[in-house]
Amino acid sequence: MSNSEDRQPQGVRPSLFLERQSYRRRRLTDAARLLPILGAALIAIPLLWPEPGETGAVTLSSAILYIFTCWGLMILISLIFGFAARRTAARDDTDPDTDRWQR
Amino acid sequence: MGILSRGGMKHMSRKVLLIEDEPNIAEAIRFLLTREGWQVETHAEGTDAVEVIQGANPDLVILDVMLPGKSGMDILRDLRELDDLRGLPVLMLTARGQLRDREMAESAGVSRFMTKPFSNAEVLTAVRDLHAQATQS
Amino acid sequence: MATLNLLILVCLGYVVLLFGVAFAADRMAAAGRGAWLRSPLFYTLSLSIYCTAWTFYGAVGNAARSGLEFVTIYLGPTLVMISWWWGLRKLVRVGRSQRVTSIADLISSRYGKSNTLAICVTILAVLGGTPYIALQLQSITLSFSIFAEADPSGLYREGSSVFWVAAGLAMFAILFGTRNLDANERHHGVVTAIALESVVKLFALLAVGIFVVWGVAGGVGPMMDRIDASEIGQWNVDAGRWTTFIFLSAAAFVCLPRMFQVMVVENADEGHLRTAAWAFPLYLLLMSLFVVPIAVVGLDLLPEGSNPDLFVLTVPLSQGNEWLAMLSFIGGFSSATSMVIVTAMALSTMVSNHLVMPIWLSTQEGSGSLSGDVRHVVLVARRVSIAAIMALGFFYYRLSGGGAALASIGLVAFAGISQILPALVGGLFWRGATRTGALVGLSVGFLLWIYTLLLPGMGGALMSSSVLQDGPFGIGWLRPQALFGIEGMDPMVHTVMWSLSLNTVAFCVASLLSFPSPLERLQGAQFVNVFDHSVAPRGWTGSVAQSEDLMIMTQRILGAGPAQEFFQAEAEQQGGRSSLPEPTPAFLERLERELSGSVGAATAHAMIGQIVGGSSVSVEDLLAVADESAQLLEYSSQLEVKSAELSRTARQLREANTKLTQISQQKDNFLSQVSHELRTPMTSIRAFSEIMRDTDGLTDEEQTRYAAIIHDEALRLTRLLDDLLDLSVLESGQVSLNMGGDTLRSVLDRAVSSALAGTSKTLTVRRSKASERIPLHTDLDRLGQVFINLISNAQKYCDADDPVLTISAHDVGGQVVIDFADNGSGIPAEARSMVFEKFARVGGDKAGGAGLGLAICREIMQRLGGDISYLPGQGGAAFRVQVPLAYRQAAQ
Repeated sequence: MSNSEDRQPQGVRPSLFLERQSYRRRRLTDAARLLPILGAALIAIPLLWPEPGETGAVTLSSAILYIFTCWGLMILISLIFGFAARRTAARDDTDPDTDRWQR
Repeated sequence: MGILSRGGMKHMSRKVLLIEDEPNIAEAIRFLLTREGWQVETHAEGTDAVEVIQGANPDLVILDVMLPGKSGMDILRDLRELDDLRGLPVLMLTARGQLRDREMAESAGVSRFMTKPFSNAEVLTAVRDLHAQATQS
Repeated sequence: MATLNLLILVCLGYVVLLFGVAFAADRMAAAGRGAWLRSPLFYTLSLSIYCTAWTFYGAVGNAARSGLEFVTIYLGPTLVMISWWWGLRKLVRVGRSQRVTSIADLISSRYGKSNTLAICVTILAVLGGTPYIALQLQSITLSFSIFAEADPSGLYREGSSVFWVAAGLAMFAILFGTRNLDANERHHGVVTAIALESVVKLFALLAVGIFVVWGVAGGVGPMMDRIDASEIGQWNVDAGRWTTFIFLSAAAFVCLPRMFQVMVVENADEGHLRTAAWAFPLYLLLMSLFVVPIAVVGLDLLPEGSNPDLFVLTVPLSQGNEWLAMLSFIGGFSSATSMVIVTAMALSTMVSNHLVMPIWLSTQEGSGSLSGDVRHVVLVARRVSIAAIMALGFFYYRLSGGGAALASIGLVAFAGISQILPALVGGLFWRGATRTGALVGLSVGFLLWIYTLLLPGMGGALMSSSVLQDGPFGIGWLRPQALFGIEGMDPMVHTVMWSLSLNTVAFCVASLLSFPSPLERLQGAQFVNVFDHSVAPRGWTGSVAQSEDLMIMTQRILGAGPAQEFFQAEAEQQGGRSSLPEPTPAFLERLERELSGSVGAATAHAMIGQIVGGSSVSVEDLLAVADESAQLLEYSSQLEVKSAELSRTARQLREANTKLTQISQQKDNFLSQVSHELRTPMTSIRAFSEIMRDTDGLTDEEQTRYAAIIHDEALRLTRLLDDLLDLSVLESGQVSLNMGGDTLRSVLDRAVSSALAGTSKTLTVRRSKASERIPLHTDLDRLGQVFINLISNAQKYCDADDPVLTISAHDVGGQVVIDFADNGSGIPAEARSMVFEKFARVGGDKAGGAGLGLAICREIMQRLGGDISYLPGQGGAAFRVQVPLAYRQAAQ
């Protein structure tokens, strides 16, 4: 350990970085697992909206806005996760067939 | 020639060596044999028994089995190893009286084996027989 | 201007284009240049066969009727896709590692390669799929009819057009779906074609949407105002339907045979899921983005009573935008065709693998080897299946008359196919799920679906209205749409709730109650723990299988080229000199997997089983054998235990025997000793009494002396007998202790005086009487006996000129310790351990006794709870007597 430090003063940093990376990857996995729960919760919210005819009934245009915004949000998070996942996977230089993502 | 000389000596004085650690038994045998005309010497130790026998040069040895220091069996075996004592008549006495002891004694070269308690007549007969055999041969 | 002729021409042109694309893709893939065909983009686009004509036309219709409810059909799959990490990834991995060919194959494979289950799922899929295909045909005809109405020539005949459409689609599916036998291989041509169709339908729908929003409504703002102002302008969605439909669409998305086909079977790379996870929801979002605007504008512009399911076509037409309408028509057409083609492919694989092949195989049984070309049989079976399925759809359409709304037919199919879900999810995540459970669950769900949804939906012909209203035989709680008397539910919600929940309950309960076969358990573990070990179960012992026979069979199934390649590769991998691989279990395993790609797991298993023949064993047999050998092992281990027990007993017996021998030896020695000790005094007595009897002239002195000897020896004999009796009583433990209290001092006083009495030998006894004031509670006579013995021993054996015995007493650690030490030469170290043994005597002195004294002392002290031991290092002989203090305390 001390030897490698002597030869390469920055020697500690990559290992720190790697750990960070695998830590990030774990948290990313957590996020990916939580996403459907979040999505289900968002989609369930319209169930709480008042019935038509009652005061404060939601207009269809705002309902559309809400639903499609949530939808877009889910896609966006999934997209970010997908890309992040691919990037970390690529950095770990694996072939796509080996499943590095499972714990 | 040795026999002749021995026989000659025998007539003058018949000598028996009694090796027995029980003083009362030793005294009884001495009394019996002395009255028969034997010169009786006694010894109570097993350890130096062979040397005592060699030194005393008896015509007959009466040997107890249970002796302090060295058992009668071992003394007998040692005697039979010695050239000049090979033919010496040995009467062995034991208080244990088991068949095994008799066999051991016979294999060790005993001349006569007797179990205690014995009758006085038996002892005298045995001593006479043994002496007679020795003088004839 | 859009004449029917033009429309047909466009259709034909489009179909030709599809053929061309599919053909080119197949060619490229065959030439090895099709890497880009296996990209995540194509995978995502192929997933979009989820959006059928039902979506393309029906969504707008649905929106026109119930507002936003239509999005549930897209939100379900969206949720499934974004949770790919939880579920789809596993499904795809299992499908790939087990080389699964269809959803039926997957279920069958999971539950012990059960063909019964496969048949059930197949029937369910066909029953659910047929109306769906009919729905596609209907949508095409409907769209045709729209154009036909506008065409003055009136050449259009509905019946024949449907027929030709069905026939054309069947052709396409047969041509590109059964080109290669291996159903597990990717169908590049078909996938590329449906990817193109996905683009077309999305493009068409977006085009119509943009036209409506910006062309008709005049922008987003006005469009929104118009939406709010319309008759569906308020959020009006039933909560039950909302949740149910989201769940239902999610379930169907996974269970639909065509979705399984593109998602699992055609999947080239697990990593594609990562892209599809966001790209497919995006596709769905785009597909539904303009649905409400089109519906609202359609409701506004078109006359009352026009079919909202066709707004996508009729809105552009009403605005005179015929080219857009044409594009829209192509979009709908492509939605329908892609769905029909893939469904036909998927269903035909299931039908041929699970219905036709097992039947064909059973007819071949007994003929020994496989005669005839299996490859040919499979291909024909598959092609005929496609044609039959298309025919079924066609006839369903003709019989049902195409009346029902598109959306409801789709939902009925969804509810039917979702019955697979419990068995599927349970199979993937629960090892305890069994074949029986899956069968029972499926049957319950399936029957409920038919009873509560399918039959009531078909009208009075199949289920009378009285049954619907009052229940069968008047049993109210069995009413098809109000089971258990729960009324007022939406029929759809009612069916989904009851069928799926009872299905799940039946599945779980039956699984818990039944016991899986070994193969099932093996497969269960393979499926549930697919990420732990991607190695498939070991299936075959190949020692008896003939490689040549296997080769012949494989050629028949895979075709000569691929089969030879496969065998060659295997042989090379094994490194053997022969061109044929050794039928190792691993090879047979791979071969089975390879074959299962073509004919399904159960069939492949059966086929190899047939070749490997009667002298070989199936996996089940193997496992049964393994079970048996486990039992044998257990039995033999039991035997081992028993034999160990036996040898232990034998050892114990030997030990006991040795001990007995030792005891017997000890007894012999003891008797021999006793004999010696008895005979010795008797010898003297006999000798002297004979002397006194037989000898005349004994002096008085001699007579007195000899009589004294006789007397002494007689006393000695008596003493010996006393000692022996004493010892035997002490040793047998029958001695009764006569406990009493006194001080140590007085006990010692008596012992000293009695020991020293009547002997001429002098012995000085030194005591410190002050320390002897210790009260004792013990058997005082016995303790005194010990003291006497020790004192007289000192008196007899102490070889000092002026013998002195020192007795000292102290209280040490709760015990009274009394030491007896004389000033003689003591006992030699080597003899010390012997002094307490019976007949042990140190030195040659025989005057004392038989050598039982110390042995008796030891016995006494042990009885008194104390001890006696030799005390070294005191100069002379020294003994230590310990008396426990507990006796002393008891005395106080």
